[in-house]
Amino acid sequence: MDIFWIKAIIILVIFGLSLFVAMYSTWAERKVAGYMQDRPGPNRAGWGGLLQPLADAGKMFFKEDFIPAQANKWLFIAGPCLAMLTALLSSAVIPFGDTLRIDGQEIQVQGIEVNIGILWVFGIVSLGVYGVMVGGWASNNKFSLLGAIRAASQNISYELALGLSLIAVIMMTGSLSVRDIVNTQHGGGWNILFQPLGFVIFLTCAFAECNRTPFDLPECEAELIGGYHTEYSSMKLGFYLFAEYVNMFVSSCVVSALYFGGFNYPFMDKVAEALGNDATGHNIATAIGFFAFIAKALFFVFFFMWVRWTLPRFRYDQLMNLGWKSLIPLSILNIIVTGIGLMFNLRWFSWVAVVIIVAVVAVQAAMKPKAARGILEAAPVR
Amino acid sequence: MQLTNRAKKIDKSEMTLAERMYLPAIAGGMAITLKHFFKKKPTINYPEQKRYLGPVFRGQHILKKDEAGRERCTACGLCAVACPAEAISMVAAERKAGEENLYREEKYAAVYEINMLRCIFCGFCEEACPKQAIYLRHDQFVPVFMSRDEVIYGKDRLVEDMSSRYLREGWK
Ligand code: SF4
Ligand code: SF4
Repeated sequence: MDIFWIKAIIILVIFGLSLFVAMYSTWAERKVAGYMQDRPGPNRAGWGGLLQPLADAGKMFFKEDFIPAQANKWLFIAGPCLAMLTALLSSAVIPFGDTLRIDGQEIQVQGIEVNIGILWVFGIVSLGVYGVMVGGWASNNKFSLLGAIRAASQNISYELALGLSLIAVIMMTGSLSVRDIVNTQHGGGWNILFQPLGFVIFLTCAFAECNRTPFDLPECEAELIGGYHTEYSSMKLGFYLFAEYVNMFVSSCVVSALYFGGFNYPFMDKVAEALGNDATGHNIATAIGFFAFIAKALFFVFFFMWVRWTLPRFRYDQLMNLGWKSLIPLSILNIIVTGIGLMFNLRWFSWVAVVIIVAVVAVQAAMKPKAARGILEAAPVR
Repeated sequence: MQLTNRAKKIDKSEMTLAERMYLPAIAGGMAITLKHFFKKKPTINYPEQKRYLGPVFRGQHILKKDEAGRERCTACGLCAVACPAEAISMVAAERKAGEENLYREEKYAAVYEINMLRCIFCGFCEEACPKQAIYLRHDQFVPVFMSRDEVIYGKDRLVEDMSSRYLREGWK
């Protein structure tokens, strides 16, 4: 078989996979929400509500597709398209698995292998805000515009911390290619063991970049009706909502690739040995790795939902304070500490930063006078 | 001035770093939601699962028959008089010779209709009936209507089926 066709199939599979996962995320989101609120969630359409995404899509398609008279028509249409396009593009550089051996050729299970993979992800993610911006602007509605402005400033603020927290990982790997980063975490030596602080910062920023609760201010219903998609209806709205889920899956993939070893899992060498070194054995080992990766990514998708149904939304000034005053200084601290560690060849050195922070916090909490510590105290009963 | 002793004193002093970091509180909150995630759900999936509503629930009406399978109703109209919603209407007829195994009294209701849109399920008809002919079942709802012609329940849907007799708790 021609390598071109194999690549095409792999790209199509990845494309389909992200769409499929995103589709069932909409179902899982409601299921998770229900379970966390002590109710069963959707269970009418199909077994356990499994046909719910199809029913929703059907509903979306049959709704009136309304374009406001004062809206800029072409930009109004371009908004959701851009959102969807950018959401899907970024999955191209994620290494979903090791290599497949077909006809003596090694083929990587990845859309495209570029040596600036992380930059690619960053570029696409920052393009992603255009979907929201264009849609919010073209709606010619003040609420939409406010939502769009919020989205833009939020994404810009958090992109800084996101990039800075990643620099520590890149310093440890010495490469911008996602595949290289994954390969250096071979076996159980995942980056999370060496970059705990970076991971927390990265995850927080990923939430903000995906516009997920607690950072979903661009679509804050309480203040902005629907935020940037106030004027949208029918499948255009569907695209916006769907793009959010695709983004969620892609960022889960990125998190698990950068910090949780991607397709690596403990004792993978032993498994590979047991399966043998011929083409079939190698391909099976790759498949196991692929499923390990998907499992990690799905865990993070669950984590996204778990956080969403736990935390209330931040206030906008809190959001900005958190981004500029906490996350960026912390990520710079993380870079410095990691750098010092690398100088002395101590890979676990950034735990020092964590230990320092925990110590400071503990000391400060202990120093606070006891009487004032409880938040709610019953008045003495006379 | 303190008006009640239920007032809560609120700590408005500066938050500690741990509180300002949110992370400990977030972890605590996520532990709570995860606990709920694995909890047994109290939901009753209604059409498939039904809950026992007690022996005095007033559900769908039933026109009882006696042990011999004869209709008890004698079309006296007391239920219709008692009904505050004027939901009951009937047409009386005289029992012919040879119909003794069908109707217990000499007069019977040839037509007996309850308009379920009017009925408020007060149970006054059951209380008014001197012949113990009408009851409101405790084990069956009046189902949802899909069209107007389903609303009026005639004898076909009200008279008791001898193969599955209605027994209320405490009856023999
Ligand atoms: S339950 Fe009340 S409202 Fe309904 S038919 Fe009987 S008396 Fe009338
Ligand atoms: S149901 Fe009872 S009260 Fe009503 S007409 Fe028949 S016998 Fe009389």
